Amino acid sequence: MTKLENFINSFNKTFIVEGRYKLFASGISNTVFIAFFATLMGIAIGIFIALVKTNAKDNRKLFILDKICSLYVTVIRGTPVVVQLLIMYYVIFVNIDNSILVAILTFGINSGAYVSEIARAGIDSVDKGQIEAGMSLGLDRKKTMIYIIFPQALKNILPALGNEFIALLKETSVAGYVPIIDLTKAGDIVRSRTWEPFFPLYSVALFYLVMVVGLTAVQKRLERRLSESDRN
Amino acid sequence: MIEIKNIKKSFGKNEVLKNINTEIKKGDKVVIIGPSGSGKSTLLRCMNLLETPTSGSIIFQGDNITDKKSDINRIRQRMGMVFQHFNLFPHLTVMENITLAPVKLNLQTKEEAEENALKLLERIGLGDKKDEYPSMLSGGQKQRIAIVRSLAMKPEIMLFDEPTSALDPEMIGEVLKLMKDLAEDGMTMVVVTHEMGFAKSVANRILFMDEGQILEENNPQDFFSNPVHERSKEFLSKILYNI
Repeated sequence: MTKLENFINSFNKTFIVEGRYKLFASGISNTVFIAFFATLMGIAIGIFIALVKTNAKDNRKLFILDKICSLYVTVIRGTPVVVQLLIMYYVIFVNIDNSILVAILTFGINSGAYVSEIARAGIDSVDKGQIEAGMSLGLDRKKTMIYIIFPQALKNILPALGNEFIALLKETSVAGYVPIIDLTKAGDIVRSRTWEPFFPLYSVALFYLVMVVGLTAVQKRLERRLSESDRN
Repeated sequence: MIEIKNIKKSFGKNEVLKNINTEIKKGDKVVIIGPSGSGKSTLLRCMNLLETPTSGSIIFQGDNITDKKSDINRIRQRMGMVFQHFNLFPHLTVMENITLAPVKLNLQTKEEAEENALKLLERIGLGDKKDEYPSMLSGGQKQRIAIVRSLAMKPEIMLFDEPTSALDPEMIGEVLKLMKDLAEDGMTMVVVTHEMGFAKSVANRILFMDEGQILEENNPQDFFSNPVHERSKEFLSKILYNI
């Protein structure tokens, strides 16, 4: 057999035989699905915690909530996400059948801890005079946050936030530790069927790479749009 | 318009204001002067509760704004404030800077607010800058737009916290000119500044502060030619130097 025939044969075994491309497709779709909803959840949790933490300084009522948030961040950042996933699936949500849902919760809760630190740094990065200017115009705290602080904070943290979501997308590759066929698991299954690791593994790597490059492009576009006001 | 009664303010153990009493009447142009750290900015910032006094009360148009039950956001809508560092919103255009508060507080429709903003901008000769971002403006332009942003809320009183201290010398004049125009229109103003020329020509009352107290309250003519308090004399002799 020539090299080319070898190549075509391997490609055929990896993607065509038994409709294995469908396995890859559903793997990609599961990976994207989990990462997307985990990201949304991470943003929601992250902003909530960042707000609690920045407001706790001058609001005593938030003291206990602030401590709970700190504990959450410490525990989540201090333990591996695979262990968190296993605990969630086999212990905490042992009664829930939907393993994808458990994965979304796990990765979302995990990401929230990291996003909260990024968001807090972002809010702190905005000059205090901006809050004072908003308040002096009669805007309440909430409106000052939404219209003045958040847009400036978002601009400052966009690179860090982009990193976090890229990391999250790739971290979902451990989802196969519980019964989920994500992209990595799909490649692994194919590899175990064909006994040829080259194609399945490189394909998996390539798929991740394409997704990350896509995400990076979106991030760059957003950064450009938000830096419109920096022109001199 | 504003009655200030027995105001004290401490930051930790540091007592910045010691029992301040004064009254700002409608149409007053009050200039507060004094050395750095005398508490003049803190006093100004207490007037719209950017700093909460440790004790004492501030009555604005009959409302005790230091009362916890008073709606300070609503009261601040009627008091403009101009800062040393302008504090324009860098992510918004000049037009958006001016219209944000009136529109988001549902005081004016977007069209009304923009029309009003354009009038104000044209009055200060910056109508052509309406779609630019603050980063493209000079310090003097920024400060004049900051003043206009406050005016767009149609305030009853304007507070100025060292409005020219961060400006290049060449830009100070244009900002003082706008403030003087405002004064001539009858705006009630309280100004913390080191610009003695402005104090002399615009103020109807000077408050001289040092170490958290008002040491002298006088009209500008007498204050600059015949200061009463020893500390005022010393201060003036040091700043009105001839080399």
